[in-house]
Amino acid sequence: MSRTAGSRGAVAFRDLRRRFMPVGSTLAASLLALFPIVASRPLVPEFALLVVIAWRLLRPEIWPAYMALGLGLFNDLVAGHPLGQSMALWTIIFLACDYIDSRLGFRDHWMDWLIAAAALLFHSAASWYIAMLMGATMDFALYLPQLGVAVLIYPLVARMVLGLDRWRLSQ
Amino acid sequence: MAPPSSRRAGFSRRAQYGLFLGYVVAVAGILFALLLLAIAAIDPRGFAALKGAALDATAPIGRGAGEVGRFFGGIVSGIGDYVRAGSKNAELRREVESARRELIRAKAIEFENRRLRQIVGLAGEIEDEVTQGRIVGSSYTSGRRFATLAAGTASGVAIGQPVRAPEGLIGRVLETGRWAARILLLSDAYSNVPVRLTRDGTSAFAKGTGEPLIELRTLEVGPNPFRIGDIVVTSGVGGLYPPNIPVARVVRIEGDKALAAPVAEPGRADFAIVLRPYQPAADGPLEAGPRFQEGPVTVAAPPPAPGQANPATSPTRQRSPQYQPALQRPQAAVPGAARPPEPRR
Repeated sequence: MSRTAGSRGAVAFRDLRRRFMPVGSTLAASLLALFPIVASRPLVPEFALLVVIAWRLLRPEIWPAYMALGLGLFNDLVAGHPLGQSMALWTIIFLACDYIDSRLGFRDHWMDWLIAAAALLFHSAASWYIAMLMGATMDFALYLPQLGVAVLIYPLVARMVLGLDRWRLSQ
Repeated sequence: MAPPSSRRAGFSRRAQYGLFLGYVVAVAGILFALLLLAIAAIDPRGFAALKGAALDATAPIGRGAGEVGRFFGGIVSGIGDYVRAGSKNAELRREVESARRELIRAKAIEFENRRLRQIVGLAGEIEDEVTQGRIVGSSYTSGRRFATLAAGTASGVAIGQPVRAPEGLIGRVLETGRWAARILLLSDAYSNVPVRLTRDGTSAFAKGTGEPLIELRTLEVGPNPFRIGDIVVTSGVGGLYPPNIPVARVVRIEGDKALAAPVAEPGRADFAIVLRPYQPAADGPLEAGPRFQEGPVTVAAPPPAPGQANPATSPTRQRSPQYQPALQRPQAAVPGAARPPEPRR
């Protein structure tokens, strides 16, 4: 790959790529919820949440916390969650990440994983509670397999996001 | 990795205010989202237009990729079937035997039914079908069990209509868009279907648990009437689901309840059929007597069976929401007696 942009068009493309890659990849991950599987129990993790956490932990400076409101709204509409669920939960996760960043001197990969696991646990518990408020009382154990899969798959998603970030910033 | 510098505003007033404003917006946004959730909890049909538009916009994606999904879904369930092949085999053999017995009985009943119908002069069953559609997706990442149907208000689908597959009941319509609808599946924890045991007519409720199996509970206190292999069908109580649609088959008994596997698997069903809500109590002629007759009825003038709702019940009482004629004690089915054909309207 040439390190300098050859034309005005290439410059514009690289600028768009740099600006919109994080948002675009998150929206694309939300759209994965449309994959036509009819599952009889929740097992597949919510990719949009994993991707959004990975971007937030990798590049804290690209998004202010309120960015999660719009991304969450899109996810709610696409995935059919009660309107406001992802909006509220993702923004809370972003604020918590901001707080952790302000307290913590540095983060390494293990720390990121731990933070992501805590965020996923919070998200599962909160969506379980919201479902209960909506009249669907379930056993929380139902969410545990999905939570386990999500925590285990997070490093993979983080790698993918890192790859996207490298491509985004490549000259 | 070093923490971000953008979160440290430094001495710049402008940067400090910008950062602060960002947090204010975020917290206000959370409060707004919680408000939306509260509205959704109080009125599940809120924001119908917005959610319907989102359904319309996203359903074609699922429709296009439908075949791919069916393929992968088949692989996953195929692996599961392979692992459990032994027990599955024994189970299937038992099932075939009981099915054969049931089939013979059903044939006899069908014959009798046809004869009775001829006597009454009724036309064949009128299936109140609204439309058919493909199931193009589901909420597989969430604990709730919703499915997306590729048919909407443009083809007559409305909120609350029951949805079935050829094999049995799937659920009911929860949200509608113009070309797509969201269905509440039987296995969702919010779903609660009044059912009846085919063997002896015991009334029960089939409640979803969020897991593949649904929970059956009787309305009466007493010994658990369910046996493994029993089939439950919709009873028509409540006026939403038409009676006699197969719902589930009992697979496990637990204390005073039973766990049952739904008869229709929405993941495998090619088509879902949207039906009109069955509302005999609400819009049927009241002077014709109670519609929820469980026992055998003679053809000429249906006398009230003992223990059944009294036809002298005043129409005002029948209209009151507390009045539930079919929740009364059902009669034990007389062996060999056919269910009477239920005249519709």
